[in-house]
Amino acid sequence: MSLALRRQAIQWLPALAVFALGIGAWQGLVAAFHVQEFLLPKPSEIARTFWDERGTLWHAGIYTFKEALGGFALGSGLGILAALLFAAYRPLGIAFMPFAVAANAVPIIAFAPIMNDWFGLLNPFSKMAIAAVLCFFPVLINTLRGLTSVDPRSIELMHSYAAGRASVFRRVRIPASLPHLFAGLKIASVLSMIGAIVGEYFGGPTNALGVTILNASAYTNFPEAWAGIVLASAFGILFYGAVALAELLTTAWDPSRRAFHTE
Amino acid sequence: MATIAVERPSQTWRGGAAYGAKRSALVAAGLAAFWGIWEAYRFVGERAGITWPFTVDATNMPHIHDMLSALTKPLQPGGPRLIQLEWHWALFTGKEALLGFALGGAIGFAIAVVLAHSGILRRGLLPYIVVSQTVPILAVAPMVVVGLGTKGVKPWIAVSVIAAYLTFFPVAMNALRGLLSPDPRSMELMRSYAADRTAVLWKLRLPASLPFLFSALKISATASVIGAIIGEAPASIQDGLGGAIVNFNQYYSTGPERLWATNIVCAALGLFFFLVVLIAERLVLRRAPEHVA
Amino acid sequence: MNDRPAVHIKGVSKQFKAGVTALSGIDLEVRPREFVSLIGPSGCGKSTLLRIIGDLIEPSAGAVEVNGKPAHRARLDHDYGIVFQEAVLYDWRTVAKNIALPLELLRWGREKRARRVEELVELVELQGFEDHHPWQLSGGMQQRVSIARALSFDPALLLMDEPFGALDEMTRERMNLELLRIWDASGSTIVFVTHSIPEAVFLSSRVAVMSRRPGRIAGIVEVDLPQPRSARTREEPRFFELVTEVRERLAAGGLELEPAEEAS
Repeated sequence: MSLALRRQAIQWLPALAVFALGIGAWQGLVAAFHVQEFLLPKPSEIARTFWDERGTLWHAGIYTFKEALGGFALGSGLGILAALLFAAYRPLGIAFMPFAVAANAVPIIAFAPIMNDWFGLLNPFSKMAIAAVLCFFPVLINTLRGLTSVDPRSIELMHSYAAGRASVFRRVRIPASLPHLFAGLKIASVLSMIGAIVGEYFGGPTNALGVTILNASAYTNFPEAWAGIVLASAFGILFYGAVALAELLTTAWDPSRRAFHTE
Repeated sequence: MATIAVERPSQTWRGGAAYGAKRSALVAAGLAAFWGIWEAYRFVGERAGITWPFTVDATNMPHIHDMLSALTKPLQPGGPRLIQLEWHWALFTGKEALLGFALGGAIGFAIAVVLAHSGILRRGLLPYIVVSQTVPILAVAPMVVVGLGTKGVKPWIAVSVIAAYLTFFPVAMNALRGLLSPDPRSMELMRSYAADRTAVLWKLRLPASLPFLFSALKISATASVIGAIIGEAPASIQDGLGGAIVNFNQYYSTGPERLWATNIVCAALGLFFFLVVLIAERLVLRRAPEHVA
Repeated sequence: MNDRPAVHIKGVSKQFKAGVTALSGIDLEVRPREFVSLIGPSGCGKSTLLRIIGDLIEPSAGAVEVNGKPAHRARLDHDYGIVFQEAVLYDWRTVAKNIALPLELLRWGREKRARRVEELVELVELQGFEDHHPWQLSGGMQQRVSIARALSFDPALLLMDEPFGALDEMTRERMNLELLRIWDASGSTIVFVTHSIPEAVFLSSRVAVMSRRPGRIAGIVEVDLPQPRSARTREEPRFFELVTEVRERLAAGGLELEPAEEAS
């Protein structure tokens, strides 16, 4: 165990070093070149503002995160359902897939103002809707790819056991699709946070994080705006990390994951 | 913004004219079905007074033919037709997106090449490349525009930088995966020839990465358009589609079909970028990829 | 030709990180123009030994000389060509371009490359397939491309790691005959890894029998079958005697030939 821990530590050491160096360089360079505060405040200043405003920022962060989470659940859930449907009835999938791929190529985020008009600026559901639409297509496309890219021999093996359709789904297709599903969910986790914030940018309640950032920079309170940005990013990282952790726990067997990070 | 994707290469495409015709028919049928569902929902919704999840009325769901006909009408009497304006906005936003795509693609690929050669840098920097995409770029955009402005950079180029920020990510991730994709035997073969890093890069890693790279460029094509559109709003640029969306959104209650029409143009621009990359992929990957590398 | 050995293995041992000893105290000399097979059960380190000769991995102890030079120098000087069990062709290159790959790395001119590729395509009898891509070829044809590629720059030494292991029996026998013809035509030395006893006997001048755990050379069988060999060679009594001898040498180590792949 301690050996595994040590290896983990070595694995993450460079990343931690980069973090420390990055923050140090940011602080040093901003001070050395007298960068104006409205462009980039010092990290120490952002941290101080964050601490002073922690109550407001935290509530705003949670509010926006709830929107993102709701949109993520809704969009990903529907995406997975649609993928299962398309995988079970292939002709349906073959007919709809080109539209899903095309929809994924559309800058859906441009519809954010319309969602606000539909559901009301102050209704959190308007942001969830944007986040959900953003999440839907990547999850659908990735999951369907996973469900349909099963090695035919695995299915033949199941047929040799006289396994039924449902059994093939449960024991072969769904496990095999998990790495793809998680690839989609990781995209969706980040998109949902961005979707919520972009939605708020086009109008939302003052206790939302996007609006807080916008107002702070409108009133030239740049350290607070940056503190909000850092918080939004932190929520995005945590969300992404949570999905990545879930992936780690459920797909430890996937060999393609291992090859990527090692030498 | 369809970003954190590490795609696997798509299969090579084969098909003749019959296949193309079938596809076109399918697309036409799909669009017709969408139109039918839209109008049917509005018809039923208005009669039945549906208010959940949103109120169905002429403002929230304009007729699709109204959206299209709005394109043919001028904004002010005597002015140019909306479609002409949209064309210019689309060109402007397309220009921003194209520069962003080129910048982001080049930077993303350069990052991938560097990271492919160093495990330490990979472990040190890869997490932050993922983290970079969690930053709400929309909120940072004003600072980028103003900051680059003080250096004498034109606002539209600053918007391209924002587009590049969204574009570089899929390219970096996928190209890295592609550059690392050659199997150990292929690498051993190169070693047996005493090939240096440059030769391995050009003869092996690069051609092996092309399918991965194109998967990424398809995502990036859309991402660059998204970056250009959402970058315009905080940059207060009025000459592009993003600016138009902000404007028409303010007058949504009096002319919803104009916002919808602009969104249709945005969708078309995104699809156009995507299709150009798709066609490039098919031309390049059908032949031996090394001709291009 | 001088009588300097083509390959000289001196006391080579190899331990892997996990503490597994793959090879222990290997000594072997391969004379120029000789065809030497390394045979042994899975996990006896025969592929590892081949890679050490090619300087693709480093030995933990001992040294290897190729053409009188350290293995490292020999690799840099392009003294050997290598063929793996899989053909390892680059999918994006045609047959001709796959064969020309090492020549490009050696910076041969375009015309010189084209002429050499033409010769090689003829040698491995793939005329008409120059512009095909690897996926359009059968397994045997792919392996012939791989052999042509290894021979392209006319190396004095050819290292082959179970090159026909993935082929069916009939293709394998035909490829064996072709390899002997190519060996004769090219005048190179061959070190050949296999786990097929008849294949080793049929092809080789000498067969080095290896044992497992740790891998070492258990004995060397001189194959005194007359040259050139033909399909009839496989029917001669002496062939069967030699096959039996190799099999007994393998069994002497208490080793079955094809144990299940161990998990490590």
